[in-house]
Amino acid sequence: MELKTELVEEIDALIPKYPEKRSAVLMLLHKVQEDQGYISPEAVQWIAEKLELQPINVQELVTFYPMLRQEPIGKVHVKVCRTLPCALNGAYATCEKLQSELNCKLGGTSPDGNFTIEFVECIASCGTGPVVHVDETMHENIRPENATELADQLKAQVKSS
Amino acid sequence: MAVAEKRILLKYADEPGYTPDIECYKKHGGYQMLEKTLKMKPEDISAEIMTSGVRGRGGAGFPMGMKMKFLDRKSGKPIYLVCNADESEPGTFKDRQIMYKDPHQLIEGMMITAYAINAKLAFIYIRGEMQEGARILENAIKEAREGGYLGDKILDSDYSCDMVVHRGAGAYICGEETGLLESLEGKRPNPRIKPPFFPAVLGLYQCPTLVNNVETLCNVKHIVEMGGEEYAKIGRPNNTGTRIWSVSGHVNKPGYFEFECGALTYGELIYDVCGGIPNGRKLKAVIPGGSSAKVLRADERFKGKLKDGTEFDWSIEDIPLDFDGPMAAGSMSGSGAVIVMDDTTDMVEAMANINAFYAHESCGQCTPCREGALWLKKVTTRMVNGGAREEDADLLKSIADQIEGRTICAFGEAAAWPVQSFVAKFKDEFIEKARAQANGAGKNGKMGAFTLA
Repeated sequence: MELKTELVEEIDALIPKYPEKRSAVLMLLHKVQEDQGYISPEAVQWIAEKLELQPINVQELVTFYPMLRQEPIGKVHVKVCRTLPCALNGAYATCEKLQSELNCKLGGTSPDGNFTIEFVECIASCGTGPVVHVDETMHENIRPENATELADQLKAQVKSS
Repeated sequence: MAVAEKRILLKYADEPGYTPDIECYKKHGGYQMLEKTLKMKPEDISAEIMTSGVRGRGGAGFPMGMKMKFLDRKSGKPIYLVCNADESEPGTFKDRQIMYKDPHQLIEGMMITAYAINAKLAFIYIRGEMQEGARILENAIKEAREGGYLGDKILDSDYSCDMVVHRGAGAYICGEETGLLESLEGKRPNPRIKPPFFPAVLGLYQCPTLVNNVETLCNVKHIVEMGGEEYAKIGRPNNTGTRIWSVSGHVNKPGYFEFECGALTYGELIYDVCGGIPNGRKLKAVIPGGSSAKVLRADERFKGKLKDGTEFDWSIEDIPLDFDGPMAAGSMSGSGAVIVMDDTTDMVEAMANINAFYAHESCGQCTPCREGALWLKKVTTRMVNGGAREEDADLLKSIADQIEGRTICAFGEAAAWPVQSFVAKFKDEFIEKARAQANGAGKNGKMGAFTLA
């Protein structure tokens, strides 16, 4: 597997920060996923070699941590918090609204490949729930009533990208 | 009239024009305490922290001074400092405020602590979803390094310590300190068994390690500034300092508020500070310290004797907002997350929501937790999806009772306590659910359908 030179440089700078190489594995997985969109078997192999680990030592993290994924997703990743404080304020209805507006099933990707919608557990912004995390941006107070607004904004974002 | 906030940690965070950069921090007196402490003896700083009585703000409320005292300093191994910034107890959003708005306060608190325990390397384990927070902290560390506040020969002293930001990847169990250490070592975050793996003795890389929450470590700066004895005057005995409370759910003005411990009650917090329950509805229940804490019912009376011998007879509204108040009422203040539910809340649905969380987050290491949490979820999901049975309340209690006390870490209790308390206190609702469904009603919850994943 070939990674961009800059990415490899970033990775090479990261590893020596830790007293033991293996500690860097989660940060490497983040770096690779942010660049490639997901963790492929080749990526697992590459990271394992880089850190002198067995591939299973990397693979078992990919299958454990909710943020790591083994499949590509849509261009925009929509994560709706479904935990109690958000749910008390309508997160489930918000999620349904987003699904219909973005033509995307929960846990799946829209047919045009633009959106992936998932439920996630508490993302620590319970005072402004329901919260929707889109890629790296937190959208607060997304009640069912204003979910359409957010959906429109996301559609416009995809169009202009 | 609402009790005024006493903002020590959040003094500047929300001030207009206050920015997370080092220049702004220094203009507000930043890093002066680090400068002062580097001239002190490390053991004197530890003594101030012990005197202050500051208790951990992450959930367990363990005295920080004791944790420092337990550190094995004779092993000859390096000592590590780890900041638990994996804020993930449902309902909690306080550490986020500090890290995003005032990151240097955390770094200064950590460097003082690191000096006190002679750590040469400190980690901030921040939850994976806080990408922006991680960037803010990285940048702040870079600024602090350039300013000589961390790295080699800090402020021209003989002391050196570096700091690394490490991102989690969405797993709640990483908030458990030994799970966090496993994760930081690059492994699955299965918590370690204690004894022997107390972090103070066998922590990160099997070396002595101090693990503390963001809010706790920020307090260190203020303890040094005012002295342990003065700090201990804030709040009440055994409940010293301020705490940042996160309020969510059914209140008019949810948010985070910093109060002197015990300066007000849960009632004052909910009604005066947070503007009460929306739409003229009534209070039904409160989870006083994050979703792992036992639920309290609005019409419940809490009676007993406090440690000092005074008798109490409280409703929810009378419970002091501190560590010991909710504990006396049979629950806990946990991470300071107050989740409020009004009288429209379907308690079976709320329970199903909580159970789905713990089933998703169990690391799977201990069978009672892995299987038990899953069954709790399956039963309550079936209940809200139209298949409730009258005997489910007893079944849920039986499953929860078989998890509690049978796991390596406290996650087992965190999954069992909500169930035990919901079922004990709202049993009629669980039974009524089955009866209503037998009559063709109550099959569509207000929170929406729950699906079995």
